[in-house]
Amino acid sequence: MQKTPLYEKHVQAGGKVVEFGGFLLPVQYSGIIAEHTAVRTCAGMFDVSHMGELIMTGSDALNNLQNLLTNDMSGMADGQARYSPMCNENGGVVDDLIVYKFADNEYFLVVNASNTEKDFEWMKKHLFGDVKLENKSALYGQIALQGPKAEKIIAKIADAKNIPQKNYTFIKESNVAGIQCILSRTGYTGEDGFEIYCAAENTPKMWDELLSAGKEFGLIPCGLGARDTLRMEAAMPLYGHEMNDEISPLEGGVGIFVKLDKADFIGKAAVEKIGKTRFKRIGLKIVGKGIAREGLKVYKDGKEIGVVTSGTHSPTLGYPVAMARVNADSASKGDKVEVDVRGRMVEAEVIPLPFYKRA
Amino acid sequence: MENMNVPKDLFYTASHEWIKFNEDGSAMIGLTDFAQSSLGDIVFINLPEEGDDISVGESFSDVESVKAVSDVYSPVTGKVASVNSALADSPELINQDPYEAWLIQADNIVAKEDLLTAEQYIELIAKEA
Repeated sequence: MQKTPLYEKHVQAGGKVVEFGGFLLPVQYSGIIAEHTAVRTCAGMFDVSHMGELIMTGSDALNNLQNLLTNDMSGMADGQARYSPMCNENGGVVDDLIVYKFADNEYFLVVNASNTEKDFEWMKKHLFGDVKLENKSALYGQIALQGPKAEKIIAKIADAKNIPQKNYTFIKESNVAGIQCILSRTGYTGEDGFEIYCAAENTPKMWDELLSAGKEFGLIPCGLGARDTLRMEAAMPLYGHEMNDEISPLEGGVGIFVKLDKADFIGKAAVEKIGKTRFKRIGLKIVGKGIAREGLKVYKDGKEIGVVTSGTHSPTLGYPVAMARVNADSASKGDKVEVDVRGRMVEAEVIPLPFYKRA
Repeated sequence: MENMNVPKDLFYTASHEWIKFNEDGSAMIGLTDFAQSSLGDIVFINLPEEGDDISVGESFSDVESVKAVSDVYSPVTGKVASVNSALADSPELINQDPYEAWLIQADNIVAKEDLLTAEQYIELIAKEA
C-alpha cells in the first residue's frame, strides 16, 4: 500500500482511511452527503495525488498521441487540455486520460492511478520516431478544488494571471500561495473547479493554504465516497466500470471523444466494426427502494438485458441513480426496467444522462 | 473510540445491535452508535412486518448506506410486535440518534443469545477501531 504526500493530513483531520487502487486514501471525513453537498453549494477539496503523470517529449510526440488515442489531439494550443480514451487493438479501452499540451514537443498526460504502470508499458510498446516517455508520477502531488466558490478561493492566494479562465485550460508555471504548480481548470465533479499539480513535498503546505483560504467560503476536505457520488451525478465514466479492456468507448458512453475520421489509431478498425451493435450505456432512476450497485443485473419484461456499471444514492436528487450497460436496442428513455437487488426486483426508469448539470 | 456513545442501561451484540428489555418482557432493538458511524449516511432500511418471526443470529432487516449494505441480526427469538415506521421515510434518524431510533419491538421472546454488557461492548469496539 502506498501513501500519498497528504496521508498525515488525512489522519490528522479524522479521515476514514481505506485502500484504493494501491493507495491509502480517505473515503470520508465528516460524511459523504455533507461533503457532496459542500462541493455542489460552496467548495470541497480532494487528495488526488494517486493519479499518474507521464511526460511525452520529442518532435513525434503529437504523431504518437494521435496513434495511441481515439480523440483528435491536433490543433491544441499550449495551455489547453483534452480528454481521450486509449484503445487496444480489439477496440476495448486500456484507460482514459487527460492530455495537457505544454508545447509542440511536450505533453503532460494524467492517467488513472491504478493504470499508471499498465499505461506506461502499453504506450512505450507502441512508440515510434523521435519521442520519449517518462513516468513522473512520484514527483507530483495533486489536489482537486471543486465547487462554485473554487474560483473565489483560488483568487485569494493566486494572481489573476496565474489562474486559467476557461474550462480545460491550464497555466503551466502557476503560483498558488507562493508554491509553484500547474493549475488547470478541470475536474471530475460536474462543478467549476481546479486541479493543482505541485511537487510532492509541497503538497501538504498547498493543502493547508487552500483550507485556510477556503474556510470563509465553507470549504471542507472530501473523500473518495463523495468523489464517486459527484461524478455519478455528472454521469462521468469511471475506468473499470463503464469501460474496460473489453468494452469500446462507444459502448462506455464517450463516443464524442472517438474521432473515426482521424487517419488511424490503435483499435480504430475494431471500434468501427463493433460500432453500436453490441451494447449501449443508459441512465437509470431507481424508483423502488434500494441502491442499484455495480454488477447487479438489469431486466426488462422479465428478460435480462444488461448490468449496472455504477450506482449510488444521489444526494442532490434525493434518489438512487445508476449507469448500466445493456444490449443495444433493449431499452430507451422512458422505459421501465427492473434491477435485481439482492434477490428483490426493484423498479427503475430509463432517464437521460447526465443526471445533474450545473447551472 | 472515546467518542462512541454506549449507554450503560442497554445490552449489546458483537454485530453491533443494542437491545433494551421492557417491564412487560418485550424488547426494543436498534443499531449502536458504532454501527451507524461505520455505515455512514443511511439512505434506506428494509424492515420486517408486524407478526414476523425472528430468530437469534438471523437477519431481520437490512440497512443501506451510500457506501454499503449491512444486515441487522436479531439477538432474540420471538415475534415482531411493532416496527418503527418513521425510519422508512427518514432512515437518517438512525445516524442522528441511534439509541432513540429503535428498529423493532420484539415480544413472545423464548430465547436470547449471550448478550454483552456496556463494558464488554466498549472493550469489543475498542479492539475493532
